[in-house]
Amino acid sequence: MRTQTLKLTTCAVAVLAFAGLSFAQVTEYQEQQNLGMEAHADHVTGHASGATMDYRRYCAGCHGVLGDGEGENAVWIDPKPRNFTLATFKCRSTPSGTLPTDEDLFSTVGRGVEASNMPSWNPLSPQQRIDLVAYVKHFSDRWKTEKPGTPIEIPAEPALTADRIKAGQALFQKLECWKCHGVDGRANGPSADTLTDDQNRPIKPFNFHDQTKFKCGSTDRDLYRIFMTGLDGTPMPSFADNVKPDEAWDLVFYLRTLQPMHTKEKEIAKQLGLKPINPNAPAPAAAPAPQPQSNEPKPQ
Amino acid sequence: MASSRRIVSGFVLSVTLLLVLSNSAYALPAFARKYGLRCSACHEAWPMLNYFGQKFKDNGYQLMNDRDAPIWQNPSYWPITLRMTPFWHRESTDKIAVDSPSGVPNAASIRGLTTSGFDYSGLDILTGGTLEKNISFLLVPSSDNLGAFHMESVNVRLDNLFHSPWVNVKLGKFELDNIVSEKRVVTLSSYGGSFQSYHFIPVGDNNIFGQIGDNQIGLEWMGHSLNDRTRLSVAIISSTDGTPNLPYGRNAYSAFFAGSQAFDVGKLGTDRVGFYAMVGEAPTTFLTSGGVPIPGTGVGNKGFSREGFVGLFYFGKLDFQVVTQHGSDSKWFGAGFGNPIDDPTAPNNIPGTTLLAGTRSPTWNGAFVETHWVQNPQLIFIQRSEWVRMSQQAIPGTPSNLGNIDNYVFGYRYMPFMTSRAGLAWHNEYSWIRQHGSAPDGSDLTSSSLMLGFDFDF
Repeated sequence: MRTQTLKLTTCAVAVLAFAGLSFAQVTEYQEQQNLGMEAHADHVTGHASGATMDYRRYCAGCHGVLGDGEGENAVWIDPKPRNFTLATFKCRSTPSGTLPTDEDLFSTVGRGVEASNMPSWNPLSPQQRIDLVAYVKHFSDRWKTEKPGTPIEIPAEPALTADRIKAGQALFQKLECWKCHGVDGRANGPSADTLTDDQNRPIKPFNFHDQTKFKCGSTDRDLYRIFMTGLDGTPMPSFADNVKPDEAWDLVFYLRTLQPMHTKEKEIAKQLGLKPINPNAPAPAAAPAPQPQSNEPKPQ
Repeated sequence: MASSRRIVSGFVLSVTLLLVLSNSAYALPAFARKYGLRCSACHEAWPMLNYFGQKFKDNGYQLMNDRDAPIWQNPSYWPITLRMTPFWHRESTDKIAVDSPSGVPNAASIRGLTTSGFDYSGLDILTGGTLEKNISFLLVPSSDNLGAFHMESVNVRLDNLFHSPWVNVKLGKFELDNIVSEKRVVTLSSYGGSFQSYHFIPVGDNNIFGQIGDNQIGLEWMGHSLNDRTRLSVAIISSTDGTPNLPYGRNAYSAFFAGSQAFDVGKLGTDRVGFYAMVGEAPTTFLTSGGVPIPGTGVGNKGFSREGFVGLFYFGKLDFQVVTQHGSDSKWFGAGFGNPIDDPTAPNNIPGTTLLAGTRSPTWNGAFVETHWVQNPQLIFIQRSEWVRMSQQAIPGTPSNLGNIDNYVFGYRYMPFMTSRAGLAWHNEYSWIRQHGSAPDGSDLTSSSLMLGFDFDF
């Protein structure tokens, strides 16, 4: 009896040991497979395997060793760090719901995310940054089964006119941007306090009144891109299906009048005596998009 | 002659120990707590900065992400860091002059001395950050391990003036813009905790004002490119070696220039090459009262200079820091003039004073190579080899190698955890130094230090 028990125990230990070894091998195999992930941007090819140390050094504190956004600092940070296992990213050039391009992620790593704890990592070399992009991708199998979306086309910026600013304001009211961002862009719209992200965590709308830069860039093109692609994982939707490219530029011009720095748009708005919208008034029909002047570049 | 050498060797030893005991090092978990970043984000191995940390510092302790102003911080956040190091060490010197145990006159002898035991370092209290967006400060009261405090750093910096990273102005007491920072050195032992060439003074020379490793009081302009690859700075400082109350010259200033350019070398990393130069003048003539020099009355300024090249070279996990130096002092300093305030035995260049015929300006060359193998962000191996060679002695007949230095340091630092809250490193290091002709009998003096301890800050 005792011999049998000993044999059984030996077998059990052997099986468990084998299973453990196999599991370790499989896990290691999977890890190696994912660490074979590549990324391409700025004429540089990144390899996930090249970023293991840098991820640990620079990123894991917030994004977590497993890329789940649960690093030791996550609890103290607002907005919360991105969960890379979901492969959902705010800053993209691709349509809502699609994966971003490598260039999008590379750009985010280099630029940082304004008004968050994500700094600009541009002191790192391009090779280090693209390696990190590959490492970020290795956390989700989506990158193996899906291709990044096709970047949206951004037409050339038209000439700024007073009519365009007025048209943009009408659009701001018609699209009900004010419900979150407030009538004058102070992020105090009636819905502002109720917003949550896709993980049901409270989230604040962008405050145009206080901030000079946006989460995903600072140029007019960046602003255009933000509301045509939306910020995935947040309540900010894509307006690509609701707004024509030319109208989107009108909105860009109007939003520039709400920001704190001196802008040409703000100057024109002042000359127009433009007042914040009245949400209780019927939404004015969006002014017809002005015809491009002869010297204006035409939308592509 | 033997007596003067004993004084010299004792002085050099004391200075070295003093430097180590009072050498403040900067690493602020307070910044990590503010921004929620691990220590390793800014430090290759704390306190040594990496490129990201250097840019953070150059931006005025700002990440430039609209979260830099104190208004963004929880009111309970208090930007203070304390750093101290309890350790065991073994110190050994091969030649010291001792009296005869029996008290018999003229029976003094020379012998080696080795001592060991548990100890602790001085205390650094570091507070710094932003007073407002683009206005930063650093305040570092620092004590030796007996509790005597001094102000290691006191400065306010106006950052990014005119919205340009090229216009940053700092006023107060600060570390010179040394690209290889001694304040962030990762070596701690008695003969490894400082760079010899940053404090080198030839034997018999009395110019204390050219020590580029000491924090200085003055005004600095610093500019850098947006990605910090290009850096330039100019500092105008009082020739006081960082001592307050203007105890030396009436009108003596020095200047420090530094510039560097970094470039990406693909998978190897980002390398940097640069230069530095310090040119200045300091007094040699003091009014006296009862024969005692009066502080703050120094005139008769004489010149000195320190200049060299710097390189940071990365090869994956291996990196090299290379610093060269050529130093030169006025022959008056070389003859012992310059600092009768702290050294009452120093001569005073009163009218009619002449130098010994043939006295020349002392010159020397130095270099060090510090190597790091960063196994991972928590384990770093360190080596430094440093040499200083006199190329011209001030006093005719002085042995040409008197004062030459060979210094070697080996060690490692292991950080058992890596968070944004505090830092702890298990530090083990051995250092060895040979000072040519500095033993009491005129031969070479060799000393070594072994230390093991916990280096921590919170």
